[in-house]
Amino acid sequence: MPKWSDQNIEDIVGTLLRVGVTTSAAVVLTGGIIYLLRHGSSHPDYHIFRGEPPELSTLSGIFHEAFTLHGRGIIQLGLLLLIATPVARVAFSIWGFAAEHDRMYVIFTTIVLVILLYSLLGVASGL
Amino acid sequence: MWQTHLFGMNAFEFTMLVAAGSFLAGLLGALTGLGGGVVLVPLLTIFFKADIRYAIGASLVSVIATSSGAAAAYVKEGFSNIRIGMFLEIATTVGALCGAFLAIIVPTRALAMIFGFVLLYSAYLSRKPRPRAQRNLPQDKLATKLKMNGSFPSEEGGIRQYNVQNVPAGFSLMFGAGALSGLLGIGSGAVKVLAMDQAMKIPFKVSTTTSNFMIGVTAAASAGIYLSRGYIDPGLAMPVMLGVLAGSLLGVHILIKAETKVLRLVFSLVIAFLGAQMIYKGVVGTI
Repeated sequence: MPKWSDQNIEDIVGTLLRVGVTTSAAVVLTGGIIYLLRHGSSHPDYHIFRGEPPELSTLSGIFHEAFTLHGRGIIQLGLLLLIATPVARVAFSIWGFAAEHDRMYVIFTTIVLVILLYSLLGVASGL
Repeated sequence: MWQTHLFGMNAFEFTMLVAAGSFLAGLLGALTGLGGGVVLVPLLTIFFKADIRYAIGASLVSVIATSSGAAAAYVKEGFSNIRIGMFLEIATTVGALCGAFLAIIVPTRALAMIFGFVLLYSAYLSRKPRPRAQRNLPQDKLATKLKMNGSFPSEEGGIRQYNVQNVPAGFSLMFGAGALSGLLGIGSGAVKVLAMDQAMKIPFKVSTTTSNFMIGVTAAASAGIYLSRGYIDPGLAMPVMLGVLAGSLLGVHILIKAETKVLRLVFSLVIAFLGAQMIYKGVVGTI
């Protein structure tokens, strides 16, 4: 079995980021087309801040909206995938540093992952 | 009311215009290396009359997209240093969380003014000549312990080694960069590069690519807070994200041979103008 080097890890990280961004952009585009086909002639108003309803700001709400093929829900799902991409990158790096037997960086990376997961708690708590 | 329904535009027309504006912002941001995110919020608030919280939410999402897209290309070239990036991300993510919580309590007028000053400062930074990088620095004890010293393929061919300095100063600056990112929905690449290039004496090329690599993770830390607080509107974020992503990808492709000196000057003037506008709007309360 070949020894894992930084270069191997960086190659995989590069692919991971590319796939994550491409997938999320495709999902956002699909949702955008559905949204515009259905609501293209409505008049959006972003001048007054109302905040998004739970259907578009919690994990369970977004999943429900997306799987019932609502354009706005599909866009949010794509954006969730986008936010998940760097999180996945950090999670993968823990594994990568572990494969290099670099305990110090396994700890640093775990700290970053915990902070990221903490920030997503508010979204997930709607589950 | 043209102020709320911009010239009576419907959702389709609005989406296309926002996408076009975002495309241009992404293109210019990539070509000049100044980042597109920084002009998005003024674009959305001043020209599209969006509330600054929706604008910040949409901008942050696009920052994750462009950073991850660009980082995917850079990591493979061997310039970015994943250990430096990962260690400093502890500071930027904690900073981003603090910034995102601050964004909830800071009044929108104050947000606009802070944003304006950051724009003016970025414009100033982009005009300031960069001091010549020092080479062959001695090994710093802490940086060596943290295994940060590295090497990269140099312009002259071959591999250049570098020794990282001033880790605590860089770490503190990174906390500030993260806080600004979370507060304003920007990548704060300029502050990140400042921390690595100026404070930690990391070669410029390594600093910029590592910064790019870190921006996505930093932004992801505040994106969760923004999403749960309802700052991310799909109808607005969709054209912004797709537009900026397409623009910056195109920008990176034509960057290789483009002469960007004049473009950089023009874009930094635009940034300064938008900064003044944001401060003015914040002061008179028309944001």
